[in-house]
Amino acid sequence: MTGMTAGRTRGRTARRGVPGAPRRLIYLTLTAVAFFSAIPLYYSVVVASRDNAALAEVPPPLVPGGNFFANVARVFDTVPFGLALANSVLVSGSIALSVMFFSTLAGFAFAKLRFRGRNILLLLTVATMMVPAQLGIIPLYMLMVKLEWTGTMYALIVPAMVSAFGVFFMTQYLSRALPSELLEAGRVDGCTTWGLFWHVVIPVARPAAAVLGMLTFMSAWNDYFWPLVVLTPENPTVQVALSTLAAGYVNDYVLGLTGTALGTLPLVVVFALLGKQIIGGIMQGAVKG
Amino acid sequence: MATRAPERLAEVPPGKPAGHHRRAVRRHLVHQLDVKGSPYAYVAPFFLLFAAFGLFPLAYTAWVSLHEWTLLADEQPFVGLENFRTLLADDYFWNATFNTLSIGVLSTVPQLLLAIWLAHLLNRPLRAQTLFRVTLLLPNVTSVVAVVVIFSQLFGRDFGMINWMLSWFGADAVPWNEGVASSHVAISIMIMWRWTGYNALIFLAAMQAVPRELYEAATIDGASEFTQLRRITIPMIKPTIVFVVITSTIGAMQVLAEPLLFGVYTLTGGVDRQYQTLALFIYENFVKLDFGYASAISWMMFVFIVVIAGVNYLITRRSRGGLL
Repeated sequence: MTGMTAGRTRGRTARRGVPGAPRRLIYLTLTAVAFFSAIPLYYSVVVASRDNAALAEVPPPLVPGGNFFANVARVFDTVPFGLALANSVLVSGSIALSVMFFSTLAGFAFAKLRFRGRNILLLLTVATMMVPAQLGIIPLYMLMVKLEWTGTMYALIVPAMVSAFGVFFMTQYLSRALPSELLEAGRVDGCTTWGLFWHVVIPVARPAAAVLGMLTFMSAWNDYFWPLVVLTPENPTVQVALSTLAAGYVNDYVLGLTGTALGTLPLVVVFALLGKQIIGGIMQGAVKG
Repeated sequence: MATRAPERLAEVPPGKPAGHHRRAVRRHLVHQLDVKGSPYAYVAPFFLLFAAFGLFPLAYTAWVSLHEWTLLADEQPFVGLENFRTLLADDYFWNATFNTLSIGVLSTVPQLLLAIWLAHLLNRPLRAQTLFRVTLLLPNVTSVVAVVVIFSQLFGRDFGMINWMLSWFGADAVPWNEGVASSHVAISIMIMWRWTGYNALIFLAAMQAVPRELYEAATIDGASEFTQLRRITIPMIKPTIVFVVITSTIGAMQVLAEPLLFGVYTLTGGVDRQYQTLALFIYENFVKLDFGYASAISWMMFVFIVVIAGVNYLITRRSRGGLL
């Protein structure tokens, strides 16, 4: 086993992983996986920059063409895509901010404050993460009808303002990252609990809250079913507009995939820039699960 | 969680004049209220909003399922278990149940095995580690609508990329959308593409917490890499595996967007309902405004989820390293 001796000579500290297996094969496999992860997105860009005639060719086109902006204009003519983008930014942004705030607040209480019933409430929070969200969708819709929120962004924002995952995530982070001594020092200085939250907890929580915010933003941006149920095609989010495109123009693949590229690329760019932190957040949240 | 009680810090200093004392008492009370009450105030927003928009709808679904309830009629007569009786005799319901289970197994089992294997490959010092991780998660950043739109094109019968590649091997064009098996495979591939990388990262996180000494000892004993994966890694990350199996099961039982969009927005999931899932069946009845019946299906789905998640929990927890 050559891998083993190679691992040996590199010494203990450099060796974080499992020794063995030929490296070249591992890189080859991982590259193949990366390729298959990226290719559908790449292909959507290829189609989005072509016209429908090009798709009928054999072999199919494999590099982007020059038709992208014409197709984008067609998307904006067909569905209210500008409005959809604005709605999605508003909804995802509000949800992310709200989840960050309430999760930090509750996480602080669960991680660092003493109160009767804390453990049972925390357990309850974790249990709610297991409840399948779709089951309550009919009464939730009836509730929205009662509140006259159907067709408005309130119907998307208000039910999503808190998240059990967020509370759990911030509890985990704060119980590790927030030194109790810091809180006691604040108390001695005469800080109220709210003052502590504002001046001590928030600065410490910022990195984790940012990761939580990004995760929440992404999942709110991609949320499909609930917006489809409560919104109308006239006042859509990006995903609802996309499904209108995909449903109404079945044979117009170029139109559908241009919309897809437009709705996905902003998120992919953000992800490419901040991917490392986002992945760190997912993995941190996972270990305790 | 070693939190010390901060109450003692603000005790009233003894031997002060009366006016001082009264003010001190009030301050003490305010402080007590702050310390005792604010934790509840801080967790309250979560629980109140969750109760209103999470718990209440769930419980109310049960109530609605016992009525003949449509949004069109003014009255909702109580019908007891009538909806459930109709449901159990409804072929469409059993068809949807079969499709859900079939797509669930086809998408979840290979996905989790692949995810464990990928995590295992990533669990070592590698060049471009971050790049690999980011590309793994890329599909998960893509919205489900985008995934299905893209894959529907790839799975197209005449001009699809996949049939074009199959033709290299002399295969005839597969009408992915038409058959039971082919459509289930196509939908499962979409689900796998979106979730494998995400689950691999969660497994990787757990694997990194496994003590290195175990592998070193096993290597010295001459255990192969596969044996190490089977005998060390998998038993050590068992709690994470249980967690992922359960969340994936819950997710698989609720698959909706993929069949809905793959069928170009038909609520029946294909002409012959060949890929209508339970969630889509609920949505079909919801759109018909038959809320009572849709609620009854929801509750049946909940029962299935609890049973299947429970069985999976027992299986994964019982088996000792014998998952592969």
